Amino acid sequence: MLDQSTSVLPAEDELVPAAEPRAAHVSSDAAANTQEDLTAEIGSLSDAYARALRNGAAPETQPRLDYAPYRSSILRHPTKNLYHADPETIELYSPAFGHQDVHALESDLTIQHNGEPIGERIIVQGKVLDGDGRPVAGQLVEIWQANAAGRYIHKRDQHPAPLDPNFTGVGRCITGPDGSYRFTTIKPGAYPWKNHLNAWRPAHIHFSMFGTEFTQRIVTQMYFPGDQLFPLDPIYQSIVDQDARDRLVATYNHEQTSPEWALGYNWDIILSGSKRTWTENEAFGNAGDEE
Amino acid sequence: MSKLTPTSLTPTVLTPTPGQTVGPFYGYALPFTKDNELLAPGTPGSIRLQGIVYDGAGDPIPDAILEIWQPDADGNIVQRTGSLVRDGYTFTGWGRAAVGNTGVYTFTTVNPGPTEPVPGKPGAAPFIAVAVFARGLMNRLFTRVYLPENEEALAKDPLLSSLDPERRKTLIARRDHDGGLSWDIRLQGRDETVFLDFEGIRA
Repeated sequence: MLDQSTSVLPAEDELVPAAEPRAAHVSSDAAANTQEDLTAEIGSLSDAYARALRNGAAPETQPRLDYAPYRSSILRHPTKNLYHADPETIELYSPAFGHQDVHALESDLTIQHNGEPIGERIIVQGKVLDGDGRPVAGQLVEIWQANAAGRYIHKRDQHPAPLDPNFTGVGRCITGPDGSYRFTTIKPGAYPWKNHLNAWRPAHIHFSMFGTEFTQRIVTQMYFPGDQLFPLDPIYQSIVDQDARDRLVATYNHEQTSPEWALGYNWDIILSGSKRTWTENEAFGNAGDEE
Repeated sequence: MSKLTPTSLTPTVLTPTPGQTVGPFYGYALPFTKDNELLAPGTPGSIRLQGIVYDGAGDPIPDAILEIWQPDADGNIVQRTGSLVRDGYTFTGWGRAAVGNTGVYTFTTVNPGPTEPVPGKPGAAPFIAVAVFARGLMNRLFTRVYLPENEEALAKDPLLSSLDPERRKTLIARRDHDGGLSWDIRLQGRDETVFLDFEGIRA
């Protein structure tokens, strides 16, 4: 549960290897590569993908698990092909979440402390749909993000930007009958990391979603339109297809902007297609029917 | 403005949103109290499921987070809320565990029971569905952990029987002396765990 009352500091057992986020300290391996080196690597993979497309390859829609410019992926990607399997029994269902699990106020990240967080207040809203366009109703959406200065409340984030005592950066909500979600938060800042010298992540909000089937489980990141760091970022660029990358970028929507209050962004999430045979009730958004 | 809004309930095949790495900073966001306790430890019938997540150099990964989703001991697929705020009595079938500093994860759960076979298909051996997330892992991975007993069911299982024996064993847990299950995950390398793709090719 969100702790809305006490310390903003995380629990003692949270661990992240210090090598990645600590900006004040430059390790020898990080010093080995500059942004220029990384940009060249990204460019060469991008050129190879463009050639493959011209030769008739199908467009890629997901990140590459093996994407060397993101150094941490080198020892952490499977080298064998994912094994094609038909989802069975439990995999064709999702855990159930509801308002017992998530309080309505958890979707507002600006009211979790006594004061107002610093930063540009924003509303991020959209719909969770499955690959057939059906709304994913009554499901859990979780988000986490850096504060306006680009600092996470995480003890291993040593980026020398200020913590905000009024901002934790964690939110949850349950989607509505039409698959809709809505968060009020502040726009996160870009932050430096240790992938290479002068590496900066574009501003992003981490999203975690469930579908109606466990096979649709997804964790991803939402970005903001027009970010100058996009071409430089190996995590964003690990999705080599521009159309696919664009699916992670929210749209500024002035009609969702709340006058004298918050800027509006829209971002819809499409999960993979459903594998289960749906009943008519399920197709119209009434959860709970057995097939 | 939206590129993605469907116009009707007629099935429209939409392209899925890409995943991205869970990153290093999920630790203050995704874990929650009793996240890895599908049952309270010590409850009759409860077991420990534990293991280590390894990288391609054979080193434990200290920043991975796992989710499990499983039927109850009788093979029922549970559709009850309360996973995030556990009341200590309701088995919801879902849990989440961040690994500790040494790469070890732990769940308290039950042995999954056999679910009803799909008509016309051979019965699958009981398993726990697993999703793996980690810093450095660009997208979540799906896999399964099977119980080591009932070799006949394992031999007939549609997935296991299609794998060569060396790879099959990466999906089968060891039974501990205390009745618990041990099952390690190897993201890369010779004993790389079998990770699953449910998508195949869409027309």
